[in-house]
Parts: sequence; C-alpha cells; structure tokens
Amino acid sequence: MTLRRRLPIVVGGFGLFAAAVLLWAPTVGSTAISLSRAFDTSLPWADNVDAQIFFVARLPRVLAGAVIGATLAAAGVVLQALMRNPLATPFTLGVSAGAALGAMLATAFRLELGALGLSSVPIASFIGSLAAIGIVYGLATSQRRGLSTNVLLLAGVTLNSFFSALILFVQYLADFAESLRAVRWLMGDLDIGSYGPLLAASPFLLAAFVVFAVLPRSLNLLTMGEDVAASRGVDVARAQRLAFFSASLATGAAVSLGGPVGFIGIVVPHLVRLMVGADHRLVLPAATLFGAAFLVLCDLLARTVMAPIELPVGIVTALIGGPFFLWLLVRQS
Amino acid sequence: MLRADNVSFRYHADTPIVVDGVTLEIRAGDLVGILGPNGSGKTSLLRLLSGTRAPTAGRVFLDGHPMDRLGRRDIARRLAVVPQETELAFEYTALEIVLMGRHPHLGLFAIEGPHDYTLARAALAATGVAHLETREFHTLSGGEKQRVVIAAALAQAADVLLLDEPTASLDLGAQLDVAALLLSLNQDRRVTMAISTHDLNLAASICRTLVLVRHGRVLASGPADEVLTPEHVRALYDVDADIHVHEATGHLTVVPVRRLRP
Repeated sequence: MTLRRRLPIVVGGFGLFAAAVLLWAPTVGSTAISLSRAFDTSLPWADNVDAQIFFVARLPRVLAGAVIGATLAAAGVVLQALMRNPLATPFTLGVSAGAALGAMLATAFRLELGALGLSSVPIASFIGSLAAIGIVYGLATSQRRGLSTNVLLLAGVTLNSFFSALILFVQYLADFAESLRAVRWLMGDLDIGSYGPLLAASPFLLAAFVVFAVLPRSLNLLTMGEDVAASRGVDVARAQRLAFFSASLATGAAVSLGGPVGFIGIVVPHLVRLMVGADHRLVLPAATLFGAAFLVLCDLLARTVMAPIELPVGIVTALIGGPFFLWLLVRQS
Repeated sequence: MLRADNVSFRYHADTPIVVDGVTLEIRAGDLVGILGPNGSGKTSLLRLLSGTRAPTAGRVFLDGHPMDRLGRRDIARRLAVVPQETELAFEYTALEIVLMGRHPHLGLFAIEGPHDYTLARAALAATGVAHLETREFHTLSGGEKQRVVIAAALAQAADVLLLDEPTASLDLGAQLDVAALLLSLNQDRRVTMAISTHDLNLAASICRTLVLVRHGRVLASGPADEVLTPEHVRALYDVDADIHVHEATGHLTVVPVRRLRP
C-alpha cells in the first residue's frame, strides 16, 4: 500500500485510540463519574459535581500525561534517527539530567524563581535543561563543521553522570524534607494541579512540533548516513541542528512539567515501528499519538493500583520500560 | 558535464592534504574509472565531485555551474552517489530505500505519487531486483543490497552517477554481476558514471577512461588501453605486473607478478 493511503489510516487509527483513552481516563478514580453528566451543559456548573471532578480535578493531570507522553515519544523518534541509534532516548543527551539538577537546586536552596504563576521548580528545571543543551551542542560542534553525532552521544552520556553526581552532592547538602521532595520530583509525577504549567510549556512544545512536522523525510535519509543524505539532497547540517534543538527543547519542556518520566521515549517508538514500519512520516505522528495514550494509561495504573496511594508514574513506566529495553537489546544482537 | 578544476582538499587545517591539484572532466556518456591504492585520495576526490565536501582550493563545476553556488537539492537532481557500503539503523524495505531517491524532486510536505512509484519500480527492474521490493534491506545479500542502492540512485533521475568502490565488499560472483550491471546501464541507458576503485581488472573490464591517482595527485589519465601500463601499475602500487589482452574476455587483464620494495 502506498504511503498516501497508509498515512490517513495510521493517523486516524492512533488518533481514535488516543482520543478514547483521553476521554475515558478522567472518569476513572476514587469517585466514579459519568461522561455524559460531565458534558451535560443543561446543568449549572456549581451543581455539576461530575463536570467539576472531570475538568478541575482530573483533566489537567490526564492532559499533562498526554502532552508529556506525546512529547517524549516524538523526541525519542527524532533523536534515534539523528543519532542513527534505535536505543537512544530523549534523556541520552543529558537534557533531563540538566533539568533534574535545576529542579534539585531550586528545591534544596529554596530559590525564588517563580514567575507567570509558575513555581520555582519547573522554571529552574527548564533553565537546567537549556544549560545542558548548550553544553552538549557546544561540544558536538567544536570539532568539525556540522554536528558530530558521536560526540553528541558521548557528551550526553558523560554529562548525565556528571550531573547525577552534582545532584547527589546537592541532595547531601539539603535537609531531609527538601531532599525527599526533590527525590519525588525525580521519580516523575504528573500531579500538576492546574492548567497553568501546561499553558506555560505550550509555546516551546508547539514550536518543537512545528519543526518535527517538516523533518520526517530528512530523518529517513539521515538514518542512512550523512553522505547518503547529502547526496540525496538533504542539507545535513541544517537538518541535524533542527532535529537536535527541537527534540532537546521539547524534552526540556516536558521534563519541567512532569519530571524525568523514563522509558516512554524508547518503548513507544519501538512499539510503533513494530506496527507501522520505519518510515518516519508514519512513525512520528503515530508515536506522538500513541505516546500520549500510553503515558495516560500508565498514570491510570499508577493512580489506581495501590489506591488510595498514588504512585509516581515514573515508577510504573520504569517497571514496564526496563525489561522492555533489555528485551530490545537481546533482540537487536 | 562534471569538471574538477585544479582542486585540492584537506579535512582539517592541521591534517595532510589528501587531494592535491586534481583536474579532470567527466563527459556525458562517459564511464570513468578513478584508480588508486587505498589512501590515495579516491574517496575524498569523489566527495569533492559530489559536492558533499567543498575543496580547500580550486572549483568543481556541474553542468557548467560552480558546485558551491548550487543548493543540495539542485545538485541531487543532477548527480547521484552510490556509497561503498550502506548500513541502516532501521528496517526499511528495498522499495522504501529506492523511493528515498525521489527526495530532491518532492516538495517539503509532498508524498511520493504514482509517477514516483513507477520510476522506483522501473529502477528496481533495471538493476534486476524487482522481486525484492518488499524485502527488508538488512535481509539482503551484499550484492542485492548494492543493486538496491544503485536503483535508488537511478530513481533519483540524475544525469551523473558517482560510485565509491561499488564492488569492494562483494564476493567474486556478485562483483561480476555488479560490473555487468554498471556496463549495461552505461551502454543501454546512457548513464554517465565515475567509479572509484582499487580493482584494476574491474576498471579494465568496464571503464573506457581511467584516471590514476596516487598521493592525491593524478598520475595519468586517458583511454584505458593507453593508461593501463606496467610502468603505471608499478608507480601506483609498487607491484610488477603482467598486462595483456585476455583472449576470452577481450579486455586488458592485470596479473600481479612481484611486490617491489617501496
């Protein structure tokens, strides 16, 4: 079947699945609510408990899950193509470690960075991710024209461990309660409470997804090597820069929203490739939609499996993702 | 059609020069062999000719236009490259690989249409691998892979094809297959080609014009039967060779006799 026929089927199918999950997830919880009552406009808002629970208590969290899941999955797809390595993740480049260090500093030293109705932690973590992006990019472009994907990978991995050491150091200096709060953030948690953080992150995410939309054919060719891509008409240096900055920026914004929720960026792209093949014009939109649904479902599990205790969603994704990653590793070799 | 005018190249300011004042021309319909030992600068020269690297001195002209004035898409519509080996990070089918050759002809959001599929399938047929179109690339043999990659270059509908050591990683049978394919593409479909290789017998069997490269410089160039002499082989490889027209094949054959101390 040609791509012109497959694209609407794939996007439609994954889109329907994501929409169904997004509508259903807010109805599940300690209080059962009905979708039809929540959307019943004949009832006044003050009397419509179902609508209040749906839109105020649960929907922000579900939307955060959808946005973060979609972003990390899409960023994973882009970075895997950029680095020609199917085992790369959005966190390989040290962006999340930079974000974590920022969040840790803000928590431990009670930095007052709050602005635009946002608290210090998301802002500090976003600044941390920008710092990490700057360092990795500077290193990867210092040696030669264009972007060295080898240096990118090694610099990212090294930066990850270096930042982790700094995080432990800051944690050691912080007192017990702050330390615990920071550790909770590091687990990845979608309990954002309101629409504010989502709105604040949306310009960065929107910009990244606009870039993602023009990349897929270039990504296909980049996975065949820089020289081949160039000889087929791709401006390699430009495509690499666009891919790196859009995916890193999106990762930084997603991590400042929900903490470093692990494994989404590798599990989702791989599941999607098993279903639709390797063409990035299918993989990227499908992974975006499936990533949204996947993280919302994981969060649903996290909210309900030990109710009334709500687990951080990062624990659930890691418990699913860890074994999955090992399975991939064995399958690849 | 494709002309290098006194081009030189080094990868970094502090590394040795790898292409040193090379002038050569590839005319429409030519099948040129660029010959030299490993490390002689063949691949770098091919990168200059394909515009993926810019010369540090001198200029390359494609259809009369200076290469550095043409955009990547413009170049790709006129010139296609077949690399020595293609390793994929993801599992594409043969047809998907060949369709990627249509990239420079498509707009930003355009998706390949019936015309592109027709060209891609024709290219697969021309290289004798039409039956493999749904196979995943990594499941193919070395020779089949090379045919698919050549088909992708054909689907690019460029005027010139540059091939870097197209047979280097193939077994003897596949080498002969690919050599015969290249010859037929040149003779029957008038595809202009330049092939870099260190295989003297491959070059002698299909190339009409040879350019001998040593230490980044052109040692000799011209018609194959004039250039392929024992003296040149000695200068190129430090090997005494016996060169004669083989009765069965009808072309020059090089038999290495003795290694000379360099």
